[in-house]
Amino acid sequence: MDVTGILNQAFVGLSRTVILFIVSSGLSLILGVLRIPNIAHGSLYMIGAFMAFTISRLFGGGEMGFWMALIGAPLVVALISLFAERSVFQHLYEREHLMLLLLTFAFSLIFGDLVKIIWGGDYKSVPVPQVFQGFVPLIGGLPFPTYNVFLLVCGPVIAILLWLLVNKTKIGKISQAAAVDREMVGAVGINVSWVFAIVFVIGCLLAGLGGALVAPTVSVTLGMDHTLIMEAFLIVIMGGLGNIWGALLGALIFGLTQSLGILVWPQFGIIFPYAAVIIVLLFRPAGLLKATW
Amino acid sequence: MVTGFFSGKGKIWWIVALVVLCIVPLVLPRFYVYMLSIILLFGLLATSNDFPLGFGGLYQLHHAVFYGVGAYATAIVITKSGLSPWLAFLIGPIISAVLGLIMGLICVRLSKLYFGMLQISLGSLVWAVVFRWYSFTGGDDGIHGITVPDIISSYQGAYYFTLIITGLSLFIMYRILKSPYGSVLQGIRDNPVRSAMIGVNVKKHQLLALIIAGFFAGLAGVLFVVVDNTVFPDMLFWTLSMETTIMCLLGGWLTFLGPMLGAAVIILVRTFVSTYTVYWGLALGIIAGLVIFFMPNGVLGWFQDVFKRKANLAEVKE
Repeated sequence: MDVTGILNQAFVGLSRTVILFIVSSGLSLILGVLRIPNIAHGSLYMIGAFMAFTISRLFGGGEMGFWMALIGAPLVVALISLFAERSVFQHLYEREHLMLLLLTFAFSLIFGDLVKIIWGGDYKSVPVPQVFQGFVPLIGGLPFPTYNVFLLVCGPVIAILLWLLVNKTKIGKISQAAAVDREMVGAVGINVSWVFAIVFVIGCLLAGLGGALVAPTVSVTLGMDHTLIMEAFLIVIMGGLGNIWGALLGALIFGLTQSLGILVWPQFGIIFPYAAVIIVLLFRPAGLLKATW
Repeated sequence: MVTGFFSGKGKIWWIVALVVLCIVPLVLPRFYVYMLSIILLFGLLATSNDFPLGFGGLYQLHHAVFYGVGAYATAIVITKSGLSPWLAFLIGPIISAVLGLIMGLICVRLSKLYFGMLQISLGSLVWAVVFRWYSFTGGDDGIHGITVPDIISSYQGAYYFTLIITGLSLFIMYRILKSPYGSVLQGIRDNPVRSAMIGVNVKKHQLLALIIAGFFAGLAGVLFVVVDNTVFPDMLFWTLSMETTIMCLLGGWLTFLGPMLGAAVIILVRTFVSTYTVYWGLALGIIAGLVIFFMPNGVLGWFQDVFKRKANLAEVKE
């Protein structure tokens, strides 16, 4: 195990971190403001990936297809989530977390089977666009896929956009206030119900975006939601519920322990991130950063 | 709310139900007897899940881990050591209980959703180990063809064994909930702060609930080994835990027999839906969604509410 090998794995871990961050920041946003532990978030990620496949194929699979998929797939997911929020979730905000958890699990079962009905059980693959094909040499000369470089650029961009959205826009400020005291925000004449809907849709849009971004790097398949939603939940818990920077920190820890753990102990590399979560929660039971709860 | 299911007028119905359950395998074909066994052992699993969830107020969200570990421990002891299977049937639940203790010690410091999430994390760790440790657990293939003692190897023998163990376990859990310990546990569920104030060691009581739940879940795992002779890593996956929790919720998570009822409904629907379509998840999702939306206290809880309302009305009229 040499330094370049470790560096290479670290970069692989960082690309994974970007995906994990995008998905879990959406989850964290919803948890922080609406207090819904949304298990269906993973299914929306999966739908995002499958939609990316369909849209990319619709536009001939090339460059155009990729960019259209990157825009279109999250929008479709946002529409689905808007429908789900307006029809079901908006009536249930006052319910216990356990109920919401199980209800969103029910949604994930329904979404899972709908995906199976629409796209079938086969593996799907989305082509990497021409611009991002090939490799760039890393320090030490190891080849690193260009698409992953694109991912590494996407991560910070989305983090900054999210920061601007939460801290610099009106809707962000209102949602922060609504997270603390819903009634009070309603009392000053703001339509809290729609604020919640918008936050929910933005969170789900991020899940769809994560799915669309991950699609060219993995084989899109049923069951990709099950592993990811657990990881996203653990990241959110580890970082502090509702804290977007916590989600970033958690995703970093999760992604890096996963990729570097494989170097340390190939057979059981999978257990390192889980162990990291346990260690973090042992010492900081409420997560690394301040939770909004 | 543990109502007097085992007493008074209800007694006669219990005897009738027991007699029916004893005669059933002599007349029904093999498929239905197998299904009944599965219902019973999932009922035991769901009841043991509800023990900390409904009566202890702990978010026991990854209960399947104890079930799977109990089953795996039994299977490994039977296939890899020369010990008697009967001994293995005891080792499995004990290992589950020990795991319940270890995970409980780590989780019990947290509350509600954090508790559940940490438990899911720890459980996923156990699942990952089982999934990857090919030489010991068989990895994603699991372990097949586990030999059980001759007397319970036939489908009827397995059924009677399951019936006896499930019945005994339910009775023991019921007695525990009726004991002073059970009352304190429910007191903690209703108001942990006040319980602590009057001198109850909250964490210790919760920990004991987790150990008991782990033990009986392990026992359900043993029963699965007896009925199906296989173990596989999906038995520890978190989706199964969610399904078990849905069983509790569907039947009524604040009643003692609710989880058993929920398990029966879900297994029955799954069996019959699966003969027509592969989209079982869709059906379960819709059922669970409707129950949560319209009957948050589950079927039995709903009936209790209705009867209570009627009784109240009668009182008012008098």
